[in-house]
Amino acid sequence: MLEVRGLDAFYGDAQALHGVDVTVAPGEVVTLVGRNGAGKTTLLRSVMGLHSDVRGTVTLDGEDITGLHPHQRARRGLGWVQDDRGIYASLSVEENLTLPPVTDPGSAWSLSQVYDAFPVLADRRRAPGTTLSGGEQQMLAVARVLRTGARMLLLDEPSEGLAPVIVQRIRDILLEVKARGTTVLLVEQNVKFAATVADRHYVLAEGSVAADLDNAEFTARQSELLEYLGI
Amino acid sequence: MNEILQYTLQGLAAGSFYALAALGLAIIFGVLGVVNFAHGACYMLGAVVAAVLQDLLGLNFWLALLVVPVVMFVFGVVIERLLVSRLIALDPLYNFLLTFGLTLLLVDLVKRQYGVSGLPYTRPDLLTGQITLGALRLPTYQVFVLAFSLLVCAAVWLLMTRTRIGMIVRASTEKSELTRALGVDVNRWVTPVFGFGIALAGLAGVLAAPFRAITADMGSSFIIILFAVVVIGGLGSIVGAVVAGFIVGLVEAFGQAYAPALSQIAIFVLMALVILVRPAGLFGREENA
Repeated sequence: MLEVRGLDAFYGDAQALHGVDVTVAPGEVVTLVGRNGAGKTTLLRSVMGLHSDVRGTVTLDGEDITGLHPHQRARRGLGWVQDDRGIYASLSVEENLTLPPVTDPGSAWSLSQVYDAFPVLADRRRAPGTTLSGGEQQMLAVARVLRTGARMLLLDEPSEGLAPVIVQRIRDILLEVKARGTTVLLVEQNVKFAATVADRHYVLAEGSVAADLDNAEFTARQSELLEYLGI
Repeated sequence: MNEILQYTLQGLAAGSFYALAALGLAIIFGVLGVVNFAHGACYMLGAVVAAVLQDLLGLNFWLALLVVPVVMFVFGVVIERLLVSRLIALDPLYNFLLTFGLTLLLVDLVKRQYGVSGLPYTRPDLLTGQITLGALRLPTYQVFVLAFSLLVCAAVWLLMTRTRIGMIVRASTEKSELTRALGVDVNRWVTPVFGFGIALAGLAGVLAAPFRAITADMGSSFIIILFAVVVIGGLGSIVGAVVAGFIVGLVEAFGQAYAPALSQIAIFVLMALVILVRPAGLFGREENA
């Protein structure tokens, strides 16, 4: 579904990614793990087109999208959930949900489906988006891209800074998303969380892919990885 | 008491010009990230176009309120397409410099064509008198300016809060990059938004035409105060622009009445105080990365 080939990314003179190759098959949930500064977020941003100082190619369903603007990539089915959740304070909860245009009416969640799945969003639909709690904002951020009918979600640290019970809820949501056949690429520092949702993992180190592990290997080497990641 | 009410009205009327123009400035900044230095010149152009159309075609003030904003909208669209859009990918400072240059150009072109002494404008009879409320006598023109600009501000507020375009403007004002990543083609709205902001400046100019001197330089001091207004209100905040516009108008009116020498300084002291207490302005949000 997604193919990243030989991706180099730069910040001025500094190179953040060195020839990264990442492949995600349709319906797969893949995580990017690695220390801070390993290039995980830069990779995710480059896939979305938000980091433009890159070389290499990004292909979505066989189409080269390397030169496309972020909104064009979104309309081809990429759903963006950024690490600070990206909830608008000047938009109500419902406006936050309806801002992104529906790109695939066939698989898009309707507003009522969203509200059935997340009753708290229905209760607070008129409130400014940022008056929700952190966990509720994360649900809103995910629900927002599900409503567009995105075929592939790009999530940056969905579990970050959330209470364990909320993290579990986010995991359940991701498992449901996966069960519906939606592809997911997520950046995740929480190795345990990653192991419970993902099929495959890329370990990034200093801007390169250090390892490409399926979930069984990943789980078997969890303690080693935890030590490596320094968490 | 009577005196205070009169200064209040005078201040709110003066604030109406700032509110309308600052609204345009805030919307342009929100969506384009461009601080339009030429906003004062566009206010001046609004008044000049009203005067020229009255001279050439006998266009009266009431029609000018409709026609001139349309003319200025078109002017804004041309400027955006021809010039601003070419620099939009660069540091915002380039467009700031561009609009500064445009200001010099527009002011000198008007001077060259119409001189420095000011253009005549025939006041509409309806606005020349006073409204008597008991012991209170209020200039009709000030009451009209205030009521009209409140109406326009309310209409813009409805546009911003009740329409999809308004929602997109609010969203891209707050988080421009994210809005694009969510599939919204923000660029499609850049040109009309720029034109709309310029039209609001032009509208303020038409409102000023009957009672202020219409000269090439009328926008020069206006833009400086306008910057104070948007800093006080919070750059990019639509509500802040309007509220701060009226506050600055009041400060100016009371300053002129009770401490004329300090009246201009007072505005900038207020600005400095606001920056000290709330760096993002009264209604601004702290920038989050």
